[in-house]
Amino acid sequence: MSATSESATAETRYSRDHEWIRREGGTMTVGITDHAQSALGDLVFVELPEVGRELEAGETCAVVESVKAASDVYAPLSGTVSAANDAVVQEPALVNRAAETEAWFFRLSGADPEAFAELMDRAAYDAFLATL
Amino acid sequence: MDQPLATTPLDRWSRALGARMVPFAGYAMPVQYQGVLAEHRACRERAALFDVSHMGQARLAGPGGAAALEHLVCGDIAGLKPGRQRYTLLTNEAGGILDDLMVANLGEALFLVVNAANKVADFAHIAAALPAGLRLEPLPGRALIALQGPRAAEILARFAAGAATMAFLGVARLEIQGAEAIVSRSGYTGEDGFEISLPAEAAEPFARALAEDHGVTPAGLGARDSLRLEAGLCLHGADIDAATDPIEAALGWTIGKRRRMAWDFPGGEAIRATQDAGPARLRVGIAPEGRAPARAGTEIRTAAGEPVGTVTSGGFSPTLDRPIAMGYVRRDHAADGTELALLVRGRPLSARIVPLPFVPHRYPSRSAAS
Repeated sequence: MSATSESATAETRYSRDHEWIRREGGTMTVGITDHAQSALGDLVFVELPEVGRELEAGETCAVVESVKAASDVYAPLSGTVSAANDAVVQEPALVNRAAETEAWFFRLSGADPEAFAELMDRAAYDAFLATL
Repeated sequence: MDQPLATTPLDRWSRALGARMVPFAGYAMPVQYQGVLAEHRACRERAALFDVSHMGQARLAGPGGAAALEHLVCGDIAGLKPGRQRYTLLTNEAGGILDDLMVANLGEALFLVVNAANKVADFAHIAAALPAGLRLEPLPGRALIALQGPRAAEILARFAAGAATMAFLGVARLEIQGAEAIVSRSGYTGEDGFEISLPAEAAEPFARALAEDHGVTPAGLGARDSLRLEAGLCLHGADIDAATDPIEAALGWTIGKRRRMAWDFPGGEAIRATQDAGPARLRVGIAPEGRAPARAGTEIRTAAGEPVGTVTSGGFSPTLDRPIAMGYVRRDHAADGTELALLVRGRPLSARIVPLPFVPHRYPSRSAAS
């Protein structure tokens, strides 16, 4: 296994609020799941946390709005925002097209790896979706 | 859920198309099929069909129906000629708006279409006010389909040639696929279009033919709401209600000329007083700066921070590609161009008052070819 291959070393977890969190080394990348974008419908507005903001797990940290309604996005883990994806702010429809790939929302540094490990893996998230 | 939801005659058809169904006014209704943006654009560019069978339809038959209805609404119903339809308001004694509705003169009877959420109350209210010999007959066995968009007339004429020559706010009985339909040239989108009342069993074959054979896009309540907001049209329960009067709602034009002489409808004196003194607040269009929509309930402030109003409908305009809103503001801040602030998630966002509608209406001329 190549140590430089991100896909080989990345691990993804999911929250009950329908966020995905991808861990690569010490950085966690956060977005909303394909299930979430589908449930929201066509997005027309995304607001992301500012770089440098300290987030507490569970606090409102972003907003997504469809034509009809606004929804909050909650921080799945505590940490410091180290990057925000301006592409989804400029083009909210990108979230509808590529929720779990290109349309990441923000990156967190300093998040607790143990808290990350406690989130759902894909199989657990799929099982959770089946209960909704 | 307290009670099982009622379904419309198009329920099975909508579900088969993959519509997302939501509870609305006691009915399971399609909020979207393929997506709000695509449905909205289809209506502006071509034609869309909406299942609005949850709305209340009724016939008021018998001599003196118009005069009796005028005891409850502010519009000129006695002056409504056969084959014509009018938008009017049911008012209460305080001058508030119990509901907004369409009234058509079918010749032998009046035909009413009221909001789904208010239909039980409206019909009870109207029935209770009728003199002997007059009867309000609700029509729960009829579906209602709105066909809206610049191609609507051309498409409907393929089913009933008479549709093409109807004037705006004209109403006619037409035969559609062998069924007896009550068709009015009207709608809730700002586009040309029709509202078509059909026997329940005729609804699905008609909707299927429109969508499958004539390229009409099925559209849900989501697009219906964004289209009517662009057109500056009120939603009862949001922009108007029992606590708003027609003058402050900028619906004074619905009060018929003759009715303004006598003010002899519920709340007439109160409404006249509001008109004479000038309303304390006015319904206006609001254009937020930036990209963030301001939703219903958003506080409106002056640039200096003084609260002067509230947003009653707010969302995103697919046509203009920016947020739009309607709301009430204190009259001294209601002039077009006035700069205001909207308190969105605790932050004041700049906005200004703009004329309604946001997107120009494209109704056919009133005298169109009739």
